[in-house]
Amino acid sequence: MNDPNPATFSASAADALVACHDCDLLYRKRPLREGEKARCARCGALLYTRKPNSIERTLTLALAALILFALANIYPLLDFQFQGRAQQSSVLSGVRELYAQGMWTLAMVVFVASILAPLLKLLALLYVLLPLHFGRRPWRMAQVFRWIETLHPWAMTEVYLLGVLVAFVKLSDIATIVPGVALYSFAALIVVMAATDAALEPEAIWERLEPCR
Amino acid sequence: MNPGLPITAARAALARCHACHLLSRMKPLPPGSHAHCPRCGAALHLRKPDSLARAWALTLAAYILYIPANTLPIMTVVSMGHGEPDTILSGVRVLIAGGLWPLALLVFFASVVVPVLKLFALTYLLVSVWRKSRWRPRDRTVLYRITEAVGRWSMIDVFMISILVALVKLGAIATIEPGAGALAFASVVIVTMFAAMSFDPRLIWDALENPDER
Ligand SMILES: [Zn+2]
Ligand SMILES: [Zn+2]
Ligand SMILES: [Zn+2]
Repeated sequence: MNDPNPATFSASAADALVACHDCDLLYRKRPLREGEKARCARCGALLYTRKPNSIERTLTLALAALILFALANIYPLLDFQFQGRAQQSSVLSGVRELYAQGMWTLAMVVFVASILAPLLKLLALLYVLLPLHFGRRPWRMAQVFRWIETLHPWAMTEVYLLGVLVAFVKLSDIATIVPGVALYSFAALIVVMAATDAALEPEAIWERLEPCR
Repeated sequence: MNPGLPITAARAALARCHACHLLSRMKPLPPGSHAHCPRCGAALHLRKPDSLARAWALTLAAYILYIPANTLPIMTVVSMGHGEPDTILSGVRVLIAGGLWPLALLVFFASVVVPVLKLFALTYLLVSVWRKSRWRPRDRTVLYRITEAVGRWSMIDVFMISILVALVKLGAIATIEPGAGALAFASVVIVTMFAAMSFDPRLIWDALENPDER
């Protein structure tokens, strides 16, 4: 940070300590083997982990997720055919139609949860990880990396897919519904995004920030 | 599992950065100024600020929004000039009538059970912290974790409506219009998510800190 507050400092003793996220108990940090997890003995929360080549694996998975994200948003989700009429829907057309019908708040909610938050989360990850992979430090890395955790609960890709499936089943009784390319891309995207989250080890990224104190 | 030191970070005057998890020693600050994490710049607090007041206010707001969310139509199927409004519950009933049991169960669970249980769980956690309860803190922490994790799944119905509205545009034959209930329902989900985020689970354990204080 450019203006370290004089009132606080990270004591060297505090560096070797961690506090539990859920119950605040202090632990002395001990080195872990790859793939090992340290848990709080009092409440069971995850304290810290060590993951093998976290940055490289997360970077690869995030790039794959970005491609799938593009496919999921370009192609139609469902094809609706009824008595010779056809209508396609994509993620964006759902948002546009809500907006056109005067429900702009609801359109915003759907837009943020299904498009904006997942996209920003992926872009923020790539912004931080790509330079780190090449041994550079991205500009304002701390702020951008902080967004990722803030965005996380609002990126609802997997919930969105379930909503699409419910719509699919509801309509398949009365009309012919054909799943589009985007539906399959979405399914793959969910798997890859979950793998991305699992591969990321935030502690390893934050430790890269140390020298600039 | 490794044994912890017999002291909390707050007792040791160490604040855990909520963003990067670094521990920093808290020193008395001049009034009006704010401590920031030396590593990532986020504001530092021993506990989430005004956790109980914020969580209470948001939970109460969610209870109030819950009424229009369930009474107003979430969408209206207009066919041949005749409108058929659907609420959250009637939507589940339609699925059951169509014999779509697994789907009916899924929607019932995500749209009816989860929001109610989430509100009850938050209320219970808030009351227990307020009464400085020392009863089964670990189970209450698990309850909090579940509450925080399941909330998002209630958005299924909202996303479903956005798809239906875009697909069913058959002019005079049939169209689907979004209803005000959908907005109220989305608000319940979002407001409860904020309520769960404002609640600080460490408050559950703080009651164990001063045994003679009760
Ligand atoms: Zn703990
Ligand atoms: Zn920090
Ligand atoms: Zn503050």
